[in-house]
Amino acid sequence: MKTYLLPSLKLTLILIVITAGIYPLAIAGVGKLTPGHGDGETLTYKGRVVGYALEGQKFTKDEYFWGRPSAVDYNAAGSGGSNKGPSNPDYLKDVEKRIEDFLKHNPGVTRAQIPVEMVTASGSGLDPDISPAGAQVQVARVAKARGLSADQLTKLVDEHTEKPMFGLFGPSKVNVLKLNIALEELKK
Amino acid sequence: MNTEISGVIFTYLLTLALAIPLGRYIARVFKGEKTWLDFLAPLERFIFRFSGIDAKKEMNWKQHLFALLTINSVWLIYAFVCLMAQGHLPLNPDANPGQSPDTAFNTAISFLVNCNLQHYSGESGATYFTQHFVFMFLHFVSAATGIAALIVLFRAMKDKVTDKLGNFWDYFVKTITRVLLPISFVIAVIFAFNGMTTSYAGKDTFISMQGDTVHVSRGPVAALVAIKHLGTNGGGWFGANSAHPIENPNYLTNTTELVAQVLIPIALVFALGFYLNKKKFAYVVFGVMTIGMLLFLIPTMNAELNGNPAIAKMGVSQTTGAMEGKEVRFGPANSAYWSIVTTIISTGSVNSMHDSAMPMSGNMMLLGMMVNCFYGGCGVGILNFYIFIIIAVFISGLMVGRTPEFFGRKIEAREMKVASLIALLHPFIILVGLAISSYVVVHMPGADWAVKPSSWLNNPGNHGFSEMLYEYTSSAANNGSGFEGLGDGNIFWNVTTGIVMILGRFLPIIGPLAIAGLLANKKFIPESAGTLKSDTTTFGIMIFAVIMIIAALSFFPALALGPIAEHFSLK
Repeated sequence: MKTYLLPSLKLTLILIVITAGIYPLAIAGVGKLTPGHGDGETLTYKGRVVGYALEGQKFTKDEYFWGRPSAVDYNAAGSGGSNKGPSNPDYLKDVEKRIEDFLKHNPGVTRAQIPVEMVTASGSGLDPDISPAGAQVQVARVAKARGLSADQLTKLVDEHTEKPMFGLFGPSKVNVLKLNIALEELKK
Repeated sequence: MNTEISGVIFTYLLTLALAIPLGRYIARVFKGEKTWLDFLAPLERFIFRFSGIDAKKEMNWKQHLFALLTINSVWLIYAFVCLMAQGHLPLNPDANPGQSPDTAFNTAISFLVNCNLQHYSGESGATYFTQHFVFMFLHFVSAATGIAALIVLFRAMKDKVTDKLGNFWDYFVKTITRVLLPISFVIAVIFAFNGMTTSYAGKDTFISMQGDTVHVSRGPVAALVAIKHLGTNGGGWFGANSAHPIENPNYLTNTTELVAQVLIPIALVFALGFYLNKKKFAYVVFGVMTIGMLLFLIPTMNAELNGNPAIAKMGVSQTTGAMEGKEVRFGPANSAYWSIVTTIISTGSVNSMHDSAMPMSGNMMLLGMMVNCFYGGCGVGILNFYIFIIIAVFISGLMVGRTPEFFGRKIEAREMKVASLIALLHPFIILVGLAISSYVVVHMPGADWAVKPSSWLNNPGNHGFSEMLYEYTSSAANNGSGFEGLGDGNIFWNVTTGIVMILGRFLPIIGPLAIAGLLANKKFIPESAGTLKSDTTTFGIMIFAVIMIIAALSFFPALALGPIAEHFSLK
């Protein structure tokens, strides 16, 4: 046993230094050169930090575009999904309630126009995005609440629609926080 | 074509395009041939000199196992102590407390065995110190342990080898310096430039657009996420794993994480061909594994893209597919692909919540872990596959009345006993665990644990049963993903899955190495007309049949009670 134990201890020590010490410090150094300086990229409005570009936040007022339902109420210090199974009757009741709530806030919208991501919780509870259809379906409500024209907002959503990677791979999406900041700036 | 499906095809083809040259490179490294990373040799010499290791000393299979088990025991004790004490150790800006003894027991084993089942949440249950000095360190060394064990197997399968099977320390250290570290570095740099955080700053606070106060967990995430996937570990920084927007910011990082986790498992299949100079055999192995993957992947993508029939009845638009537990930036097709590769390859990281997936998808994920060798985890995937090869050779030998031989060595009773035991161990530890937990849920609902058995299950009926089945399957397969609704943060689950994980790791390493070691010591019989050819399609079909019968059918009753019943009730 001694033949192996002493080398094991020493090898462990030096590998800890290399893999857990030197390697992440080197990456932290590289991180300083990136746009967010390794601290995470933030977005500002009127000179104040209002959120992280990558993380969704709660929007419940009619004058903002809403993001997706969140199982953790957009707690950015405790991420998670609902972990509800597809056949769970309580879960299906929750979804039905969300649909009714969405219809109440968006008069004129039919059930078939509501994209499913607007009534189902995301995996992280911090999903920053909705689908372009999810944004368009809210245009009428936001326009009315802000006294803006629907055409203007439709254009704004189009401008904030991010295309698939290289135009070829993956879904299109709209970052809700960025869209709402642009919306506030539109008023000026 | 639909951009979601083309994204999946692109990701797989990119993986393949990188895995073939990497396989050739890995074979060269372990044959001791020249490679372009030879400038690292002085670093390796320094490591060996510091540790007092003679890396040229040949070992037999028992000595290899002694070395492997000794150093793994050291890591287990080290990890356990650090996790208990993390509250008092440095690099704890969020002031998180130490783990309870049973959680630390579970977590230490979990990361040691490359499983990465997490019964805590990264934001509150770990510190920057333990994330790096325990988890990330173990990400590297547990992957290297698996690969080093596989190289011993490669060596033992070579012609005319006796009991000199190379040096364990040499294989182990070179796996880290020549393969894992350089590739992780490149991947982590890609991540950093796509917004993943790298600094050691603690939580941040801001006021949101609507005026809510928000606390944001951060940390040096990028370095860990790189090796988390490359080493098929899967233990994430945040509770939501790679569904979390900092741990997986966009489609490009998602593609990178997907390629990273499948890269080495596929590369090792090709490395086998290059190392032994039996490329045709490697193609047969690759073919069997790929067909197995497609068999699980296609129904899963189909189920997720079609969406939840119970939600379709409510009349909302499900054109994008099922979205509960999924992120918009990845979409259902990609999430389906991820959920299958992460389960066939023991990674266990997730970019969507498996608990909320369609029943058919859950069924396929479970099968992926039950088989556990379609590509499989770093090194251990092929070790598991080797057991099925031995059984297939033996059965084919009996069927055609020839002596079962594999690569010039006779397979006899002793090897078959070991192979059968290892093959049956997997269903045994899963189903026994499941039986005990089912009994506890029904007969001891009020037991006084951190989470009472009556509130373990987040979903009623068949799906609740699937949550327990998934937890033990994931533990035994050293996968680490979960149906996370399960209330597993208590002593019952910590202890039982801890035991299942440790059995599911070391016995399937010891078994194949013992067989290979025994075979290498036997007389080499040159190929003749009477030899069963191992590099043919027929033999591939034979292996496939053995896998399906042993690994998949033994679980059929449990699957029927869980995901299959749920599938048929969901209309």
